[in-house]
Amino acid sequence: MNGKPLVYLDNAATSQKPRQVLEAMDDYWRKHNANVHRGIHTLSVEATERLEDARKKVADFVGVKDAREIVFVRNATEAINLVAYSWGRLNIGRGDEIVLTVAEHHSNFVVWQQLALENGAVLKIVPVDENGEIDLAAFKKALTKKTKLVTFFHVSNVLGTVNDVHRLSGIVHRKAPRAVVVVDGAQAVPHMPVNIDSIGCDFYVFTGHKMLGPTGIGVLWGRREFLEAMPPFLFGGEMISKVSLGRSSWNELPWKFEAGTPNIAGAIGLGAAVDYLTALGMGNVRKHEMELTEYALKQLGKIDDVIIYGSKDSEKRGGVIAFNVGPVHAHDVASILDSEGIAIRSGHHCAQPLMEFLGIESAARASFYIYNTKEEVDKFIAGIDKVVKVFKLRSTDYSLRSTAVVSSQ
Amino acid sequence: MDIYREEILENWQNPQNFGKMSAADLVIEQINPLCGDEVTFFFKIKKGKIDKVSFTGSGCAISIASASLLSSAIFGKKVSVISRITGQDVLGLIGGSVAPARLKCAFLALEAIKRIEARVKS
Repeated sequence: MNGKPLVYLDNAATSQKPRQVLEAMDDYWRKHNANVHRGIHTLSVEATERLEDARKKVADFVGVKDAREIVFVRNATEAINLVAYSWGRLNIGRGDEIVLTVAEHHSNFVVWQQLALENGAVLKIVPVDENGEIDLAAFKKALTKKTKLVTFFHVSNVLGTVNDVHRLSGIVHRKAPRAVVVVDGAQAVPHMPVNIDSIGCDFYVFTGHKMLGPTGIGVLWGRREFLEAMPPFLFGGEMISKVSLGRSSWNELPWKFEAGTPNIAGAIGLGAAVDYLTALGMGNVRKHEMELTEYALKQLGKIDDVIIYGSKDSEKRGGVIAFNVGPVHAHDVASILDSEGIAIRSGHHCAQPLMEFLGIESAARASFYIYNTKEEVDKFIAGIDKVVKVFKLRSTDYSLRSTAVVSSQ
Repeated sequence: MDIYREEILENWQNPQNFGKMSAADLVIEQINPLCGDEVTFFFKIKKGKIDKVSFTGSGCAISIASASLLSSAIFGKKVSVISRITGQDVLGLIGGSVAPARLKCAFLALEAIKRIEARVKS
């Protein structure tokens, strides 16, 4: 990138794809391409087998015994919308309460904000501390008999905070017996062992493209009894069992929620990504990222001008580091790193409520994955040194600007 | 990054015409939805000309420097010529190549001031 070897540290946005994933999709397109679930011919049977095989792989990967609880969607955002449109609209009404945290990604924030506006429900927003950890006292206090839905991130896309989702789910079920728990696992499943069945939540969402898979394939897991009771989200082909002129009945799970021809190649690619990660071992993936994060935190911490957000304890954070360099805007940091071949994210990270809460307008973010190395962290640190140099942070007084006022009378 | 030249950094660190204007004739806000950066321009207009201009805002070096340089460039100009300023003119002012992803930053102030003519008429 820009004449330099690529150092890709924007993995929380999307991951790169291994050859095995590309080949699995290519193999499908070239040799087995057909529509699924309806053809009698051999090719259709092959395509269907590959799609359903991918579903089984994904279920095993995240510790779900019943693969029919795995619904393929486009991405985590669509999975959350599915829950809101199908379960939420029917079950959340005037005066009911939705509890979520201030650190949610927009996809797990705006959806509930809009549902609350539409149905007259109350949105209760629980604060986090400066490390991104949920204020437990406030969380408990927000839970009442009126709470219908509680949602929180598993790993924060900005601060990297790892939530104890088992504990939080347990608290919800004790204190708000009528509430369902929705966990946003988009930043967790790619990076650490996750066993959904053991969490105690009711819905869990994640996406394929952040875990070596292709874009356009995501997963909604739902507890079977909920999925069975929920009406379809989209109507059309594939999701019906019988259609007559006056009425229709719905297909079984999970196909009830998979209207239209699904993203077959995407699911197969995700299946291959899961194979790849399984071969590496998710414990090893987590360990590798923790080592890199710990090293990067240590090296970054040596640069006076760098402000790091979130926990300094790599046990408590995923492989995500949000930071700023003195008064330099995150976009400028990202541009200078870009010129060195280093890709990071900058901006509000689709988490404006959290940024407002932290009192910052933007932040730079480096996020790691399996293929990153310590040498790349060193290049990243050298890039930050360059930012300090370009902006002459050591020799310039930047306090002037905030006090500049124009006389205009 | 040749864009981060002395002049740009100087205009970012110590922008010209920076600050609120009380009793402004016209206030125009502009937000960059990509990053949430925002700029607010204040104008006093006399006989169809920009008599006074200032701005406030938060943003990256490119957006603040371009707002600073633009505010100086339009001082004393006729309102009617403002809408004819082009993106190319702005790039000329900040004098450097801007990566495609950063054009929005460079043009934030321009987007704001281009609305001046419509706002004066209304």
